[in-house]
Amino acid sequence: MKARFWGTRGSIPVSVTAPQVRAKLIAAVAAARNLPLDAPGAVEAYVDSLGFDVAGTFGGHSSCVEVEAGGGEPVILDLGSGARPLAGDLLRRFGPGSPRTYHVFMSHLHWDHIMGFPFFSPVYIPGNRIVIHSCHAEVEHAFRRQQAAPSFPVDFGQLAATVEFDVMETDRDYAIAGLRVRAKKQLHAGDSYGWRLTDGSRTLVYSTDSEHKLDRPEERMGFVEFFRDADLVIFDAMYSLADAVSVKADWGHSSNIVAVELCQLAKARRLCLYHHEPAYDDAQIARVLADTRRYEEISRDGPPLAVDAAWDGLEITL
Amino acid sequence: MELPSRLEGNVRVLSPTGRIDHAHADEFQAALTGYLAECRAGGVPVVLDFAGVEYISSVGLRVLMLASRQVSAQDGCIAIAALTPLVREVFEISRFILVFRTFDSVAAAVAALAPPA
Ligand SMILES: [Zn+2]
Ligand SMILES: [Zn+2]
Repeated sequence: MKARFWGTRGSIPVSVTAPQVRAKLIAAVAAARNLPLDAPGAVEAYVDSLGFDVAGTFGGHSSCVEVEAGGGEPVILDLGSGARPLAGDLLRRFGPGSPRTYHVFMSHLHWDHIMGFPFFSPVYIPGNRIVIHSCHAEVEHAFRRQQAAPSFPVDFGQLAATVEFDVMETDRDYAIAGLRVRAKKQLHAGDSYGWRLTDGSRTLVYSTDSEHKLDRPEERMGFVEFFRDADLVIFDAMYSLADAVSVKADWGHSSNIVAVELCQLAKARRLCLYHHEPAYDDAQIARVLADTRRYEEISRDGPPLAVDAAWDGLEITL
Repeated sequence: MELPSRLEGNVRVLSPTGRIDHAHADEFQAALTGYLAECRAGGVPVVLDFAGVEYISSVGLRVLMLASRQVSAQDGCIAIAALTPLVREVFEISRFILVFRTFDSVAAAVAALAPPA
């Protein structure tokens, strides 16, 4: 099983700004001042030696993750703005004239998780079938409304592909696209749902836009069960713990500290921080990642938990 | 959880020990209650002496957040002193370091919180 991240930012897409690019350049040039960079390949090697927050970027597309699993049919988690570059890549990979069935699992219907759909080019190609799985009864309404006039030039009814909506139930196993699939209700405005996908021996959990109340132990144990022995947990770690339990309580998101605690209790193997705060620049996300790795070390009470911060383009093989 | 308490001048010093985690946070919260009630304007400021705290998890930090909110609503004063390096790291990572006034020693905290004579 493979997870490919196409959109990792929370709430709204963002872009690296001109002052941020300038700060990255200044950091890189200042650190290079006394280095011998004349040899062939030396500049490239130097750039590759810089931190990801200086030489790269976590990116700014909103939620969208592709899962490559045994079944061969494309599986997608959420259709945030990252669905647009995903569509381009899928068309490159599959070629233009090869209709397929795409399976999408929706965490919920907030804009940042559906806004990529009208730009997901397979919907404009006849012969394609797109199945949108969701636990929200109003899923079809949300997708149709998003494209209705005066908000978008192409009405949902004009899409060339067949789009189906599959309203699912929580807490039971389904067999879809060669995967065992299970949904769990999460705490978020209007509800959100986590997804547990198992492909033979590998399990991926996608749990975004999910707040965890610390005074509800039975709910905590429910999530520990849902994350149990997962090979990868993709987790909404938008806020610091201090913010999540004070000024941003009831905003529907969680923290890196709770992410580590739940994954440790569940004996998950790998955690990927996700739904990054849009106000954070690359250096701040890199700091959250370093902090989280350190917290994992401090609190470890068993085998280590690998920790990553998702970025647009990250690929994790389970 | 035992919560040893003493008065230094007019400042209440509370010294929790061990791990403030899922198993102990409720007891810690219960033990704090009476002291927090007194920790108001013109009342008795509270210093949490953390020298003996080995570890604190999210639920323990939540208890501290509730204490901090209660005390500030009452115009009282609360601070944390003598964090061990490891627990200090947890405070930094969780950003609780921004929520509480912290002091290197109990003496420094007591001096800062003592009402003027
Ligand atoms: Zn979101
Ligand atoms: Zn949301």
